[in-house]
Amino acid sequence: MLDDFFVRAVVAGIGIALVAAPLGCFLIWRGMSFFGDTIAHAAILGIALSFLSNISTQIGIVIMAILMAVIVEYFKDKGQAQDTSLGVLSHSSLAIGLVIISFIGPMQFELTAYLLGDILAVTRFDVMVIWAGAALIFGCLIWRWQAFLTSTVSAELAHASGLSPKREHLFLTILLAIMIAISIKLVGVLLIAGLLIIPAAAARFLSSTAESMACIASILALIAVTAGMQMSLMLDSPAGPSIISCIVVLFIVSSIINALRRRA
Amino acid sequence: MSTPLIQTKNLSLSVAGQAILDNINFTISSDEIVTIVGPNGAGKSSFLRALIGVQKITAGQIITKKNLNIGYVPQSLNLNRHLPLTVMRFLSLPKRHSKSKSAEALGKAGVPDIANKQMADLSGGQFQRALLARALIESPDILILDEATAGLDQPGIARFYQLIADVRKQSGCAVLMVSHELNIVMGASDRVICLNQHICCQGTPDLVASNPEYRALFGVSIPSELALYTHEHDHNHEHDDTGACLPND
Repeated sequence: MLDDFFVRAVVAGIGIALVAAPLGCFLIWRGMSFFGDTIAHAAILGIALSFLSNISTQIGIVIMAILMAVIVEYFKDKGQAQDTSLGVLSHSSLAIGLVIISFIGPMQFELTAYLLGDILAVTRFDVMVIWAGAALIFGCLIWRWQAFLTSTVSAELAHASGLSPKREHLFLTILLAIMIAISIKLVGVLLIAGLLIIPAAAARFLSSTAESMACIASILALIAVTAGMQMSLMLDSPAGPSIISCIVVLFIVSSIINALRRRA
Repeated sequence: MSTPLIQTKNLSLSVAGQAILDNINFTISSDEIVTIVGPNGAGKSSFLRALIGVQKITAGQIITKKNLNIGYVPQSLNLNRHLPLTVMRFLSLPKRHSKSKSAEALGKAGVPDIANKQMADLSGGQFQRALLARALIESPDILILDEATAGLDQPGIARFYQLIADVRKQSGCAVLMVSHELNIVMGASDRVICLNQHICCQGTPDLVASNPEYRALFGVSIPSELALYTHEHDHNHEHDDTGACLPND
């Protein structure tokens, strides 16, 4: 079954959609939508450095993402405005990564595929890596759900309950880094934050609890990933933009349903 | 003799090189209601945040009773409007509780009918009581309230403190609170601590109310919580047996 490149891409996409959406919910609830973008852009620097140092790109992305999270926290502790530090890190890591890649040479490096995603690039091994990563993230989300949610609601309440909100935040960031590392081939660096944020934003209109929002966001992401890849196949359009375009359509439909419900 | 629940020894706290708290020696026991009063910027909230571990202290020690169960009611909670959260679900964070236990906590807090409401849809008074219900749900040894009545009107404030007194009576937990509502909390407290980066004076409400340091901070007649003051550091930080500051040499 996995001999067909499209089936491979769809199977991989389902794995990504299942975990991207709940992680995106946490980004929205924490008011950190731009954080996903920063980690994704830093992935390009991670990829460039992993090529230079001859290590796996996935490992390079995860290391760079964690490094970015630590730097963001450091600046936050020093009293820097978070949106400013995220902006600086996001664009500087993308720019430096692209400069390094330009020295590596186009023969070794399919830049467009990493930036915009490519359903043809997903191998059987990638599918295995994606599902292993997705299973790990899913398991950790279930395990830490209560702690993540409490820390998101209030760091003070989390502290008073014996949790460490900083540790939970770092844990969440590591999961985010793993998610970006496994999904970069399919969705691409530039639009991966869309897969995190837009399904969660669309699900907000249709949910009354945090858990239902995460589930609905996953379902919406699943629909969008499948439809987006079909669109990519039919129109020969890049995978990432096709998937995100489908998510945007779902977001608009959800917004209209919400507006009609409020009027009724 | 009552057990000390929390004790601080020579606690100091600085943020970005600026002293917030200096040499605080404090104890609260299992059967006390202690109120911390002081002007804005006196370090009251920082002190509570240090006690629950949010703020790192720069010197001194915080000693807590083993397995101390703290019920904390913060000054405010900035819930993200994109986070759908019913009151019932909020009460089950981080530990899940049965519906009956949640209903019991809401009953104690005087809001039995809000279980299925969204937190974002609650009025100011209901929101504070939902926070109180969450703090009470695990039968805490100590209830810590950081200006928990901010944003409530005067009757709402009085009702809230009456509720705290009732809860304490029923559960027997200690209460440590920061408040600006001097005229209300002074009467309801066993002990009052007047804080302005250091402990200016402490003792029974009557003793503190008649203390010159307290009067200098809040005015002689304490007409309302809006009393203006100028704090002069013309005293030392040693205290006599009654908790009053000793005068400078």
